[in-house]
Amino acid sequence: MNPVKIKLTIDGIETEVADGVTIMQAADQLGIEIPRLCFHPQLSILGACRICIVEVDGQRNPVASCAFPAANGMNVRTSTPLLRRLRRDIVELLLDNHPQDCQTCERDGHCELQNLAYSLGVRERLFAGERKRFPRDESSAVIRDPEKCILCGRCVRVCQEVQGVTNLSQQTRGFKNIVAPAHGQSMADSVCIQCGQCINVCPTAAFVEQSCTDEVLEALANPDLHVVVQTAPSIRAALGEGFGFAPGTPVTGKMVTACRLMGFDKVFDTNVGADLTIVEEATEFLSRIAKNEKLPLITSCSPGWINFMERFYPELIPNASTCKSPMGMLSTLLKTYYAEKAGIDPKKIYVVAVMPCTAKKFEAARPEHLAPWGVPYTDAVLTTREFIWLAKCLGVNFPHLGDGQFDSPLGVSSGAADIFGATGGVMEAALRTAYEKVTGETLTNLDFNQVRGVAGVKETSLTLKGITLNIAVSNGLNNAKYLMNRILSGEKTYHIIEIMACPGGCVAGGGQPYPPQGMHVLDPELARLRARALYAIDGAKTLRKSHENPEIKQLYAEFLGEPNGHKSHELLHTHYTAREPRGVR
Amino acid sequence: MTTTVEPVLPADIVEYIQDCRQKEHNQSYLISVLQKLQQHSGYLTPAQLDAVSQLMQIPAAKVTGVATFYHFFKFQPPGKHKVTVCMGTACYVRGAAKVLERFKESLKIKEGETTPDRLFSIECARCLGACALAPVVVVDEKVYGNVKPGEVRKILTDYQ
Repeated sequence: MNPVKIKLTIDGIETEVADGVTIMQAADQLGIEIPRLCFHPQLSILGACRICIVEVDGQRNPVASCAFPAANGMNVRTSTPLLRRLRRDIVELLLDNHPQDCQTCERDGHCELQNLAYSLGVRERLFAGERKRFPRDESSAVIRDPEKCILCGRCVRVCQEVQGVTNLSQQTRGFKNIVAPAHGQSMADSVCIQCGQCINVCPTAAFVEQSCTDEVLEALANPDLHVVVQTAPSIRAALGEGFGFAPGTPVTGKMVTACRLMGFDKVFDTNVGADLTIVEEATEFLSRIAKNEKLPLITSCSPGWINFMERFYPELIPNASTCKSPMGMLSTLLKTYYAEKAGIDPKKIYVVAVMPCTAKKFEAARPEHLAPWGVPYTDAVLTTREFIWLAKCLGVNFPHLGDGQFDSPLGVSSGAADIFGATGGVMEAALRTAYEKVTGETLTNLDFNQVRGVAGVKETSLTLKGITLNIAVSNGLNNAKYLMNRILSGEKTYHIIEIMACPGGCVAGGGQPYPPQGMHVLDPELARLRARALYAIDGAKTLRKSHENPEIKQLYAEFLGEPNGHKSHELLHTHYTAREPRGVR
Repeated sequence: MTTTVEPVLPADIVEYIQDCRQKEHNQSYLISVLQKLQQHSGYLTPAQLDAVSQLMQIPAAKVTGVATFYHFFKFQPPGKHKVTVCMGTACYVRGAAKVLERFKESLKIKEGETTPDRLFSIECARCLGACALAPVVVVDEKVYGNVKPGEVRKILTDYQ
């Protein structure tokens, strides 16, 4: 902490702040919210939009408060007639170059430009000029709509600063200026990893997910199809926000009831896939340890990370676990094990997965994940946001619902599976199982606090039967880069690494609800609250170890044989391919 | 990685990039690299930009972002003869826009484009520093002063 204090006056209020604080931060501390647009607290300062201008005595022109440091004796005014007019003019000019389709826009009600237009009192359009025209660019997970782009640069910054992908940059200049991948190419042909963080940070709808809601509605209306749904661990911790619940309210039971009301024939839990992943992955890990090969083992649950690895670190492909993701495993079992057990033709089963993630849409469509009869094991992936919309569309009064139960088998899960949704959760779940498998002892303290929390990189070590395991967990792909570069340079030897593409893990995935009032995307507090809900669910369960899950035991006894056995390999494991274009790391 | 980029980039460019990479703030040499590269064939191809990105380890989106920002960089092969019309203030007020319009009509291309026979391309300049001769047109190295729209055809026939 810098002990130097700065005294300044903002709107007539004298205040004292730490040295280095910007005018905007100083005003925030006083409860004065200066309007803002390109500013994002988790990203670098750009000062592009000029909405946050304030008047400072001695300065000839208004200054951008997000970038201007507070200084001793400064006298700042944040809301004068001049500033209000300038801000309104800026927003009017942005609106003038923007499609007038708020009512039919996907972001209606969650749009920062719309909110600003309202709060700044833009009630009519005074300017009318030419509007930029660009085609929409659709990939399997993310849609880029440059006509809605206001060039705030948040997507460019999150893609570079948080995800380390740098797929987006401003191309050309002036009126033709556009945010696009290299060469103005499509997202599908670029180094994009489909994580969806550009969607989350976009103040408008210049980025949205590729919607699957129409396909799902059609499937639900088709009497020939047996439509089943599975919900990822992190959905239960975030879904409630879409219906007015406070962040971090677990809504597992209501979610299941909602699925039934929406017309899904069966409701399964991706958590079972998570438990199965742990049993398979722990077995894979222990066999690699025994042979001392392909270490560190790197987890493969996060499809954004898998896409990143294939484009940025293809030489580490052998290190990635060959386990399909929990979604991939469960979908495969639904069209094999479940179909067999229930006596349903697997070709008539339509699997919908509710995921916190846009990259899952890409994963589901991978040719590696096709059933032998040519259709994907996962037919449709809905993001949490799409699921919220679908529930509202189908007349589900979510807050009034009672608690439902998942269908069984493939509906009972351990607490180890619930925590998959938080960064460090997969590692903790794996350690609970690996510990018991290696030592043969019963683990009494199940909480591995060293791997919990929203820090970007967590490292620890654990000694099991005389072997010291170096463990690392990261979230946000810039942090993954840090770990991968350490592995490649030989700076540190790791044995097992968990990587989640999104900052905070799946709870803050690219498909999660837009944050409620007073919180922002990438807010570590939001990730912490959602994660807390998952740890609370885990803590309240008696079944907290994946390998003790009776349904998993039954599954191996009846169908799979043994972990990493022949059938497991055939159904539950996959492979990865180096991809072009190659990213810069 | 160099095995895939070397055939795309001339050897002297590869060498120059490798020199630059030893220097402090090595990413700041990007514009200089692109300038040198453009000298070779008069324009930049996507494959070359990707190769520069990999060799300099600057993300491709940034490389193309920089390249497309500057008017100087071209992405189409230039014509055999480059027609540059000065659109600086002095030339503009003395009718450069009409001169430019006449070149575009005569060659049936827009500024920044090349005729299908690759004989001519048209560029605009911001100021050539010869304001006393406004409006000024430069074809290749030859400067034409006090150009009137009616003289455009005559200028072009010198190169056909």
